[in-house]
Amino acid sequence: MDVSRFEKLSETAWRIAPFGGMRAPAIVYATEDLMTEMDDKVFDQVTNVAKLPGIVRASYAMPDAHWGYGFPIGGVAAFDADEGGVVSAGGVGFDVSCGVRTHLTHLTREQVISVQQELADALFEHVPAGVGSEGEIALDEQGMNAMLLGGAQWAIERGFGRPEDLDRIEERGCASGADPAAVSEHARKRQRREMGTLGSGNHYLEVQEVAEIFDDKIAAAYGLVKGECVVTIHCGSRGLGHQIGTEYLREMVLSAPNYGIELPDRELACAPIKSELGQKYLGAMRAAINCALANREIIGHLAREAFARFFAQEDLPLMFDVSHNTCKVERHAIDGETRQLFVHRKGATRAFGPGHESLPEALRPYGQPVLIGGSMGAGSYVLAGVKTSELQAFSSACHGAGRRMSRHAATRTWGGRQVVDDLRAQGIIVKSPSLRGVAEEAPGAYKDVRAVVDSAEAAGLARKVAFLKPLICVKG
Amino acid sequence: MAAAGDHVATGRWEHFPHDADIGVRGYGATPGEACEQAALAMTAAIVDLATVRLEQTVDFALEAPSLDLLLVDWLNALIYEMAERRMVFGAFHVKIENDRLKGRALGEAVSRARHAPAVEVKGATYTELAFVEDRPGLWRAQCVIDV
Repeated sequence: MDVSRFEKLSETAWRIAPFGGMRAPAIVYATEDLMTEMDDKVFDQVTNVAKLPGIVRASYAMPDAHWGYGFPIGGVAAFDADEGGVVSAGGVGFDVSCGVRTHLTHLTREQVISVQQELADALFEHVPAGVGSEGEIALDEQGMNAMLLGGAQWAIERGFGRPEDLDRIEERGCASGADPAAVSEHARKRQRREMGTLGSGNHYLEVQEVAEIFDDKIAAAYGLVKGECVVTIHCGSRGLGHQIGTEYLREMVLSAPNYGIELPDRELACAPIKSELGQKYLGAMRAAINCALANREIIGHLAREAFARFFAQEDLPLMFDVSHNTCKVERHAIDGETRQLFVHRKGATRAFGPGHESLPEALRPYGQPVLIGGSMGAGSYVLAGVKTSELQAFSSACHGAGRRMSRHAATRTWGGRQVVDDLRAQGIIVKSPSLRGVAEEAPGAYKDVRAVVDSAEAAGLARKVAFLKPLICVKG
Repeated sequence: MAAAGDHVATGRWEHFPHDADIGVRGYGATPGEACEQAALAMTAAIVDLATVRLEQTVDFALEAPSLDLLLVDWLNALIYEMAERRMVFGAFHVKIENDRLKGRALGEAVSRARHAPAVEVKGATYTELAFVEDRPGLWRAQCVIDV
C-alpha cells in the first residue's frame, strides 16, 4: 500500500479519515515496511468496513492484514445494535471460530527428538488430516444438537478432554446463544463425519520447542519453560462452519436491500443485529463456534492419546484456546460509557489485557494468551494481551504471519518434496497427505512473523512472551 | 496467470492470484461452458484432474436472481457434494437458461493415496466475482474460492 494515502499517527499506526460514505475512520497498525508490503486491497477493504451501519469508533486492521473477503484478513470492527449496527457473515468468514490452542508438556527437546519420527507418525495416524479424512465420532441428530449447544463441554462429557481444560478456553468452551435450529440440514450433513478432523490448507498440529522467552514472569504464569515442548493445534469449525458461512452470506446479500443496507462489497453481506436474519445468523454462528471448540477439544484429546504411547506421564495440560474468526458480544468503554458491542474479528485474535474479568484467575494478572501461528519453518509466538489494546482496537491483536505469496506462486517456486527435505535438514519433520499442499504452505510463502509480532508489540496491541520453534508439523 | 487447461475445444480455465486463497476463472462460448470451465479450475486447485476417474455422476438444478450469483451457487453446490459424498469431480456439463442452471458433475470417491488432494475448498466467494460476455461468443466466469 502507498503510505502517503494515510495520516501517520505513530511508527506503527496509520489513519484514513472518513471519505466516500465511511461512517468512521480506518486505522491500520503496522510498521512502514509491513504497510508497504500490504496489498492495496487492504486499503479498499478496511475503508469499506467503515461504511457499514452502526460501526463504533473505527475500522481496524492488524499488522498481518492482507486481502480477504469483504473484511481484510486481520480486520476488526465493532457494531452497536442500538445504533442500527449489523452482524456480517462476511466479517466472520467461512471458517467460523477458526483458532489456535496450545498444550504444555514437560518434555525437553531432546526427549522429543529421541522419538521424533515415531511421534510424528503416531500423530499423523491418530489425528485425521486432509481432504477425505473422517473422524471416528459419527453424530446422529440428537448428538449433533448437543454438540452445537455444548461445544468443548459436550466433548468433555463424551470423554474427549478434561474438565480442567474449560478454564483455558474462551467462554469456558461454550458459546451461549447457540441456536441449532438455525443450522441447516446441509451444514449438519457436512459435519457428520468431521468431528475431530484437522482439515487442510493452513491448518496444522505442531510439536514445538519453546526456543526463546521474552517475558519471564508471564511465561512462568503461562507454564512456558525454555527448552520444553508444547503442542499447538490450528483448525476451525470444519464443514459445518463453511456451510453456515456460505448459506448466510447468500441470504444476507439478497436481503440487504430490504434492510436499506447498501453493500460496498457483496462479501460484506450483513443484516441488522436486531433483525430476524441477524439473530438467526448469530444463533447459527454461535453453534458453529461450539462446533470449532468441540473439534479442537477432541483433537487435543487425540494428541494426548498419541503422546501417551511414548510419554505415559505427560498429560498435556491446556495452556489456552483462542479463536480468530468470530463475532462476539463484549462490553467496551466508549467515551467513558460502557456499551455492549458486537465485535467482529476476522483473522484477528481477542487479546484481553491484565485484570479482565473473563480471564481465569491464574491468568488474570498477566493478560490473555494470544497465540500467533507462523509458518512451518519460521515458528510461532505466544503473546499476552495488554491494557493499551483496549483503546487501540477493542483488545485485539494479529493472528499469524499473513501470506506474502499466492498459493499458485508458491507451487511454482517450490516443490513439496523439496520443502519437506529442506525442513528436515532444519530438524523439522513434516507429515502431510499432499506434497502440493506442503508446497503451497512453504515457509517462504509467508511474511516474516517476527516483523508482524514486533509490530503488534510496538503498536500496543500485545506483548511478546515466547517464541516456539517447530519440531513436528502435521498438515492437512 | 497460473495453471491453465484446454479441456474442451472452445473453453479454457485458469487460476488467478489472491493473497491467501485462489481465484478460479473459466472461459467458454456460452455461459454454460464458462461454468464448466470455472468448475474445472476449482477442482484443479484440489487435485490433478488427470487422476480423476469419471465413474459416478451427480446432477444439479439451480436457480438464482442473477447470472453471477448462479456461478457462486454452482461452485458452492459442487463444494457441498464433494464434501458430503467424499468425492472429487473431473468433468462437468452445464446448461444455463434464464438464470437457471442444469448441471452434471462426473467423478469418483476421493482417494487420499491416488488423488493426494492439496486443499479442501471451504466456499466460493463474491470476491472478484464476474460472469460477463467479454466479446460476442466469449463468456468469462470467475471468483475467488476460500481454501
